[in-house]
Amino acid sequence: MEQPEQNIVTGLQQSETAAPPQAQSAPEPHAQSAPEPQAYSEPGSTVFDAEKVSCYYGSFRAVTDVSLSVYENEITAFIGPSGCGKTTVLRTLNRMNDLVPGAHVEGDVRYRGASLYGKGVSPIAVRRNIGMVFQKPNPFPKSIYDNVAYGPRINGEHKKAKLDEIVERSLRQAALWDEVKDRLKASGLGLSGGQAQRLCIARTLAVEPDVVLMDEPCSALDPIATSAIEDLMRDIKSRYTIVIVTHNMQQATRVSDRTAFFSVLRNEESDTRTGVLVEYGRTQQIFEDPKDPRTEAYVTGQVG
Amino acid sequence: MSTVTQQVGPAGTAGPTRPLSQRRPFGDRTFQVITLAAGLLVLVILVLIAFTTTQQAAPWFKAEGWGIFGKTWNPATNQFGALSFIYGTAITSAIAVVMAVPVSVGIALLLTEVVPYRWARPIVYVIDLLAVVPSVVWGLWGILVFVPWIAKIYAHIASGVAGIPVLDNLFGAPTSGASFFTAGIILAFMITPIVTSLSREVIATVPAIDKEGAYALGATRLEMIQGAVWPHSKGGIVGAVLLGLGRAMGETIAAALVIGSSATITSHLFAPGDSMPAVIANQFPEASGTFRAALIGLGVLLFAFTIIINVIARGIVGRSAEQGSA
Amino acid sequence: MAVITGQQPNLREAKGWRRTKNRIATVLMVVAFVLVVIPLVFVLITVVARGIKIISWQFLTSPIPPSVAPASEGGIGPAIVGTFLIVGLATLMAVPLGVLGAIYLNEYGGKGVLGRLIGFMADVMTGVPSIVMGLFIFSIWVLHFQFSGFAGALALGCLMLPVVIRSTDEMLKLVPNPLREGSYALGATKARVTITVVLPAAIGGIVSGALLAIARAAGETAPLLFTILTVTASNWNPFSGPNTSLPSQIFTNATSPYPGAQDRAWGAALTLIVIAFVLMIAARIVTARFTRYSR
Repeated sequence: MEQPEQNIVTGLQQSETAAPPQAQSAPEPHAQSAPEPQAYSEPGSTVFDAEKVSCYYGSFRAVTDVSLSVYENEITAFIGPSGCGKTTVLRTLNRMNDLVPGAHVEGDVRYRGASLYGKGVSPIAVRRNIGMVFQKPNPFPKSIYDNVAYGPRINGEHKKAKLDEIVERSLRQAALWDEVKDRLKASGLGLSGGQAQRLCIARTLAVEPDVVLMDEPCSALDPIATSAIEDLMRDIKSRYTIVIVTHNMQQATRVSDRTAFFSVLRNEESDTRTGVLVEYGRTQQIFEDPKDPRTEAYVTGQVG
Repeated sequence: MSTVTQQVGPAGTAGPTRPLSQRRPFGDRTFQVITLAAGLLVLVILVLIAFTTTQQAAPWFKAEGWGIFGKTWNPATNQFGALSFIYGTAITSAIAVVMAVPVSVGIALLLTEVVPYRWARPIVYVIDLLAVVPSVVWGLWGILVFVPWIAKIYAHIASGVAGIPVLDNLFGAPTSGASFFTAGIILAFMITPIVTSLSREVIATVPAIDKEGAYALGATRLEMIQGAVWPHSKGGIVGAVLLGLGRAMGETIAAALVIGSSATITSHLFAPGDSMPAVIANQFPEASGTFRAALIGLGVLLFAFTIIINVIARGIVGRSAEQGSA
Repeated sequence: MAVITGQQPNLREAKGWRRTKNRIATVLMVVAFVLVVIPLVFVLITVVARGIKIISWQFLTSPIPPSVAPASEGGIGPAIVGTFLIVGLATLMAVPLGVLGAIYLNEYGGKGVLGRLIGFMADVMTGVPSIVMGLFIFSIWVLHFQFSGFAGALALGCLMLPVVIRSTDEMLKLVPNPLREGSYALGATKARVTITVVLPAAIGGIVSGALLAIARAAGETAPLLFTILTVTASNWNPFSGPNTSLPSQIFTNATSPYPGAQDRAWGAALTLIVIAFVLMIAARIVTARFTRYSR
């Protein structure tokens, strides 16, 4: 491959966004318990296309000039040290940052060709297409049934039979049905951490979004629950596109097809920090053959 | 930012299942407007109070001019000077505050510093019970039970201090069960809950580190309170006191029943007197014309005083709470 | 570290005057509490003792006799009817408006200038004397529309509004933000988030606060003096004609020389206190059972 142009500000390798990576042979190395995805082929259509996106909270520039693409039916992971803006970028994808006073976005974020921040675009509509699961499970103080039925209800579905069907289907997809099917009226607050997070995932899937964003969904969970959620992600990948922020590198290698590594850039003169995208590529490549020394330092554990 | 394209995805791919552009739902905007209107109602009501009562009281202001602060209140001769009522309000509120504040602050400190958690709840219940007894019940008990009983005590004290210079002026004859002092006592009971609960809030904002620091130096509890709690909370407690004062000034029914209803200005605390809210309550039914305008005017004065006190108090409590937790 | 070898460390309490001062302070604080408990208990005992003699079903439902009538005749039925009607109307007006106002403060406008002004003025408004509210409604309503139970309800409603706003605001603040985020993430509008997630989560505290506001309003007399024109006849129509209420009757009878009237006042006082207590206990139960927002 040609020597990628290193832009000092973005650290982005220009070649990445242009052409999709070449097909590679089926990988072996990190095969532990996780079954590896099928042989890599051409990526599907572009779901997200971010172009020189910078995110501001007021005058503080949290993230600078991020450009990447997310592809259909893949799991894309954002990794990096704390404060590098990966959650900020994630929340840009479903306009959740609109809720933070003073937050605004520069650059272009396109979702299947349409600009997410264009005039006339309703964040409500955006979020109906692009769902989100949060770091700490946040079930509503309602029954399990009502938690899952919440999304469909606000979309206008009120027929009980249909709702029953949606609730069961979503809970099955979230691998929670068997555990709660006899107590759907019980409060969602009474579930364990792993169960509650699966409930939140079921809730998100109930509206059949196009994309599911996950912000460190397992960081509050024990390893067993984490493993259950990772299995879940692999199961639903064929129907959804998933973007996950994680600070657990092993998790990224276990589940994701592509990985974006973010880091913090310090400007010594003005004493400011901002997040930047350092490298983005196939997960295997990022972890086995990182192009940027910062990436290599991070994934080999030399820096936290 | 690029221009908006309404197309939703390159041909052949599954685009978003729902369109991205959508006007803000009508219900959403309506809801916001309704809540704003409800909030504005507060301001509207306050302005209307000031406006309409002043309008009704205008005849009195016009008739008396600065004489509204005159000493003589005699409906028969159309003289309506409010000084004795202002005096009565001031005296009874002062007595109430002097009695209630040490007690309230004491209880607040008891609850926050002394009492173990399990005992705190019953004590708070008692204070809540105190707050829920209606003013008119205090007044009923006051006039039928308390007044006859305390009249004798007053008489004893008065005869005891007869002849002694300052004390005679304060506590000497004439005495009456229904008097400034009695009203002050009842008012003190009534404002204790609010001063206590606000003081508790203020004391709770004292950073635990300061308290622990004092203890770590070997301070006794009293010394810790003096050194760590007091400096942080004195501003807020002043605010709480002012709020209690405002409440005492405006308290009508209990005062109306036990104050004695005699429009006099006297230093004798055990003598019957009158206060602004009490006279309004007692004399309104028979009033008309300028008389009624005068009573409403007293209400205007009361409103003005209490608003000013409350604004100052809330300003202090608000600011000191912020500083305390900084 | 300086260690004085050979000497036992002095771990006893502070000696002498410091200890005494501390003890005195503690005693004073306890005395303060006792000073408050004693008259409260005394008042309650008196009300119960004198009131219970006259309380009976007949007492609670009979019409109000002239003052001179002995205690065995008549009762305070109209006053109870009046209290329920007037306080009920006031609640219907003040609670929804108060909740909506608090929603504005907490979810929409809180930090801006207008939001902070409204919040501040709501606090100030809780300190407006109840008699001023009565004079206000007299000036703006009664002069045009005559005395009525509704006028009294307006006055009580004005008293209740800022209290409900404040207590609801506190409750809304307690709802954790992740709940809101979860709802937004599913594509809900702000109104929907508020109505379908935030309000249900806070409803326990909101109801409890409202019950306490009602308890206070039920005991208010001064605002009713100039709005309902205390009469003795029963009036089931709050919108026309003067009315009466428990506190109004107590006030009238308290200054009556007739023992019968005084006894009725005690009975009414007991009734009123029981109502207030029931509301207070209901508020505690609601709080205990219905406030749990997150795991």
